[in-house]
Amino acid sequence: MSTQDTGHVDVSVEDKRAEDATLGRAHPNTCPSCGSHYRDEELQRNLRVCPQCGHHFPVRARERIEQLVDPESFAEEDADLRSADPLAFFDLRPYTERLAEAEMETGLGDAIITGSATIEGEECRLAVMDFAFMGGSMGSVVGEKFARVCERAAEGGTPLVSVSASGGARMQEGILALMQLPKTICAIEELHEAGGSLLSVLAHPTTGGVLASFASLGDVVLAEPGALMSFAGPRVVAQTTREKLPDDFGLAESNYRFGHLDAIVQREELRPTLARLLRLFAKV
Amino acid sequence: MPGEAEMRLRARLSKLGAVKLLRGTKLTGELGRLQEQLDRLQEEPSAEDIWRSVELARHQDRPYTLDYVDRVLDDFFELHGDRGRADDRAIVTGIGKLEQRTVVLVGHQKGRDLKERTARNFGMAYPEGYRKAMRAMSLADRHGFPLVTLVDTPGAYPGVAAEQHGQGGAIARSQAAMARLSVPTVSCIIGEGGSGGAVAIAVADLVLMQENAIYSVISPEGCAAILWRDAGEAHKAAAAFKPDAAHCLELGVIDAIVAEPDGGAHENQDEAARLLKESLVAAFDEIDGLDPEERRRVRRAKYRRMGILAHV
Repeated sequence: MSTQDTGHVDVSVEDKRAEDATLGRAHPNTCPSCGSHYRDEELQRNLRVCPQCGHHFPVRARERIEQLVDPESFAEEDADLRSADPLAFFDLRPYTERLAEAEMETGLGDAIITGSATIEGEECRLAVMDFAFMGGSMGSVVGEKFARVCERAAEGGTPLVSVSASGGARMQEGILALMQLPKTICAIEELHEAGGSLLSVLAHPTTGGVLASFASLGDVVLAEPGALMSFAGPRVVAQTTREKLPDDFGLAESNYRFGHLDAIVQREELRPTLARLLRLFAKV
Repeated sequence: MPGEAEMRLRARLSKLGAVKLLRGTKLTGELGRLQEQLDRLQEEPSAEDIWRSVELARHQDRPYTLDYVDRVLDDFFELHGDRGRADDRAIVTGIGKLEQRTVVLVGHQKGRDLKERTARNFGMAYPEGYRKAMRAMSLADRHGFPLVTLVDTPGAYPGVAAEQHGQGGAIARSQAAMARLSVPTVSCIIGEGGSGGAVAIAVADLVLMQENAIYSVISPEGCAAILWRDAGEAHKAAAAFKPDAAHCLELGVIDAIVAEPDGGAHENQDEAARLLKESLVAAFDEIDGLDPEERRRVRRAKYRRMGILAHV
């Protein structure tokens, strides 16, 4: 169980820079919970879970897919989709520059990877988000790829597994980013009407517009220990309401207690748990 | 060479001109206004133009949902409570007559004075509010009543209890409920269309937007605080993400703009209500005839298309 210090976790879209500042203070392979430090291979071998205290480090999308699916079974789709810049958005830097930089840094076209795979031999579709690409924010590309993978899941009669990690909607795409909420939701409605199923896994963090859309609409909703899953980030809530936040504000553990989650699943249990659910949901 | 934005708006205008919804006198006036907006767009609208709609959308005398209900619906009967835990007064629900039709209404409600503002939580709903909305939606579907939603919120309430009661899930489920409805649905953004809290009740067959309303992914102040690291840069943020009605129309996010009286809806509430009522009636006339299955299919297909991708 994670004992993450929530006072230093803030990943809402509103506070992405604050998060950057936090990250700047510690090496990414230093456990924020117990302070142990690891070589990258050590962490990778342990599914990026701290061997000392069980803290779940973030997992990049490609590594997550490797952790979950049968070797060589993943076939990526729609990898060529890229964001346009419909608003010619410019804050301190142009959006196009931020996109290009994110692609250079992450090797990804946008904040989600979609495709088909098998997990313990069970066929499924996959939609896996990557927080490293602009805070996992959802713009037109994330929405489109998610909608397409829903359609393929519906056509093929295979369940869809989503793993979310996102600060929310992508501000730089303005109102069109907000429209990805109803877009992904309409795609899930079509999937459900076709008899398809969605297994939603919430990784740290799943906040804002992604929590307020597809991530919450799984037939089964799972989360990793210590995952922040709040609509508004802790800092925004603290500033707006001047309330004292509970220690477990917005965390998976709190959400589980309040009835918003079916289970909190340790990372090493995620693959067998998904396989079990895929077998249960299989239409034979 | 006309810019891409201008081309899109022109294409949209010519399409709108052909839509029945936009024929008739007041709508000709609306087209005239759109033409004006198009003319202005030839030079990008200035930050001041966009900021003016932000200010008008938030104007303290701007008509709120219940001001329109009084003027637009007959025999309105308010429905209270989510049948679970609370009656969230930031959202009003009820049934009434829109001309001949019995309709269900769902709308955000802000308060006029300090006491009412507090009671209405400044139009910021808790999950209970969205559950109350969903209750009204299912009532509409059960009885075949068309649904009208009026959107006017700074956003869903960001509070500890709101999170504990499942704010994100409630917003997601409210949208899903709207995507499932078989009855005709029309939404209108009448003031602030603030992010998830707004779209939660705005997934409709036709989405209208008043001329001076705003619809955005984040508040200008919130965006400025993150990207400019200074909430004081809200003017610049608004200019960058363009929450005004003309841009929402251009991007295909809304279906039509509802004209307001000169100077804004607050200058003449009766006239603003008259214009809104005409647009709502015209909108329902437009979609009434569709088969329920077809209506759902068309509604979802509309949202399925939203977004703009790069051509690679």
